[in-house]
Amino acid sequence: MTGVVLKDIRKSFGHVDVLHGIDLDIAEGEFVVFVGPSGCGKSTLLRMISGLESITGGQMYIDGEMVNDVPPSRRGIAMVFQSYALYPHMTVYDNMAFGMRIAKESRGEIDRRVRSAAGILQLTPYLDRLPKALSGGQRQRVAIGRAICRDPKVFLFDEPLSNLDAALRVATRIEIARLKEQMPDTTMIYVTHDQVEAMTLADRIVVLSSGKIEQVGRPLDLYERPQNLFVARFIGSPAMNIVAAGIVADGAQTEVVLPGGRRSRLPIATPEGDAGKRASLGVRPEDLTVADEGQDHLFEGRVSIVEALGEVTLVYLEAEGEAEPVIAKIPGIARVERGDSLRLTAVPEKLHLFDADGMAYRT
Amino acid sequence: MISQVVSAIGVVVVGVFCCALYYWLSEKLLQLVFPVGQGVAQGVSVNLRRRAAIRPWLFLGPAILLVAVYLVYPVIATFILSFYDRAGVNYVGLSNYRWAVADDQFRQSIFNNILWLAVVPAACTFFGLVIAVLTDRIWWGNFAKTLIFMPMAISFVGASVIWKFVYEYRSGNETQIGLLNAIVTALGADPQVWISLPFWNNFFLMAILIWIQTGFAMVILSAALRGIPEETIEAAVIDGANGWQIFWKIMVPQIWGTIAVVWTTITILVLKVFDIVLTMTNGQWNTMVLANLMFDWMFRGGGDSGRSAVIALVIMAAVTPIMIWNIRQAQRDTGGY
Repeated sequence: MTGVVLKDIRKSFGHVDVLHGIDLDIAEGEFVVFVGPSGCGKSTLLRMISGLESITGGQMYIDGEMVNDVPPSRRGIAMVFQSYALYPHMTVYDNMAFGMRIAKESRGEIDRRVRSAAGILQLTPYLDRLPKALSGGQRQRVAIGRAICRDPKVFLFDEPLSNLDAALRVATRIEIARLKEQMPDTTMIYVTHDQVEAMTLADRIVVLSSGKIEQVGRPLDLYERPQNLFVARFIGSPAMNIVAAGIVADGAQTEVVLPGGRRSRLPIATPEGDAGKRASLGVRPEDLTVADEGQDHLFEGRVSIVEALGEVTLVYLEAEGEAEPVIAKIPGIARVERGDSLRLTAVPEKLHLFDADGMAYRT
Repeated sequence: MISQVVSAIGVVVVGVFCCALYYWLSEKLLQLVFPVGQGVAQGVSVNLRRRAAIRPWLFLGPAILLVAVYLVYPVIATFILSFYDRAGVNYVGLSNYRWAVADDQFRQSIFNNILWLAVVPAACTFFGLVIAVLTDRIWWGNFAKTLIFMPMAISFVGASVIWKFVYEYRSGNETQIGLLNAIVTALGADPQVWISLPFWNNFFLMAILIWIQTGFAMVILSAALRGIPEETIEAAVIDGANGWQIFWKIMVPQIWGTIAVVWTTITILVLKVFDIVLTMTNGQWNTMVLANLMFDWMFRGGGDSGRSAVIALVIMAAVTPIMIWNIRQAQRDTGGY
């Protein structure tokens, strides 16, 4: 079994602990995305895999070999930086050839690999240019090309799209997805804070927060079954509505009461004895619908903000008994105005329930 | 003492006030000559444009005048003097130039100047670069940099006096108080009269200028090194480059423009070197350089303005192209500002 294996990886800068024991198995050829808010340690973890950052504790294996003390160039990795990190005084060709020249590859082999990478990335017409004569998207492609030329076992991306404008970001994202298809055996690890990149590119997503793994799973698993409140809030936009609730009846079907006094039965099992405990009820904005007259509803209140985006309409509802507005994402153009009274409902299967510690009750 | 301080302060205050007054008055004058009061809009805009066209000349006027009197005029006068005899009275044609080409001491000076040019800028830039890189990696780097920069604050004459003690030689059985001779005798060798050792004494003099100028090179290059994006170095680490390769293939090319500016700035300084030679040897023992030769012909032994002028022109001819290139390079580096 090849790939990347992290065992209880720890990192401290002086007295500050940044990573508190990361355990992770990444299979060969897998595309894994690290996401998390700023300062969660995702970039540090990537830099530790690359070897640019030392490992304070734990073991790291790449391709079955322990690499804790192996220098970056011999780990079989290549890295694409957020700022491109091209050598400004070298042409595109030389940028891509630099690593192979250092490794004393033959001239023919260098030429073959540079031209093949340039072909994949449509950079052939620009091989003689200096980086400063390229656009941002082209520069990032050169950086990716330089990584391809190293013929790595593991490809590392450190927020590669952050410096690009919105349109280029989408185009380059698709290009990276295509690149992955062309290199099915290459493991790719990708750091981003953009959940769209994470959802679209990843085979598996690793959600990190304050130096710990919150959840690892396939993108839609994280979306449908977040293990805890952090993941529930982090994946999805706008974030999941979380409201305080009290468990009224436990068992195979749980009944909760909301601050507004509404009761709801969920098809989620809670252990015996949890009745009377505090909990959090979660519902995604896109799962909320406007309740018809006489239909059971979850929230009732006045509309405070309407954001009409055309494809969807975001409605902010000042619900009775709730401190935060409840957000509903209604498909298409909804005829809702500020100040309107509105009732929102959701099918019970789409509701999420978390215990007082923020961990999810499993269905 | 007090009165001198007071009068110095007075001069500064009056000088600044006069400058301010000049700009204020010239602006008033402009407003008087090209009024922008009421009237047709077109006239107003024409007058505004005229003001804008004339204002820079008025404001720059004093500076241009001073440069003309103290720089342009002397250059022309020197050029003319080079065709006249020692007193500057009789026209002698090219004879001063012919003398220079044939004169042994002139040739010696040219040779020594070339020697200085070959060694000092290269040594200063090299040491400056190496020190800048090394001090970036140690915790007491800033302290080391301060120490190395310190000689920049010492005048050339002061530095030469310090180094005279380093090279000091005592004859007979006297204790060697010179640092270099103290070391040499401690190692069991014979003390030397360093500044009169033919050929090598040039290098002992150069050491002084290198000692002074390395700090300058270090400071400028250190700032340039900090401007190199860290990621390019990390990318090179991943590409497998070792420290030596990163330094030569990634770092140095990225600060090449700055290295060139430092190099040429020191080159210009070296072409004008004078104080150190005057203080240390006064050009004896084959250490003569052009600036000192010019000084000798002008102010020693009755003076010869013609020959002195020729030497001055040779120095100027050597400095000017480097200066132009240096300014161009510096402007390219800073984007023209």
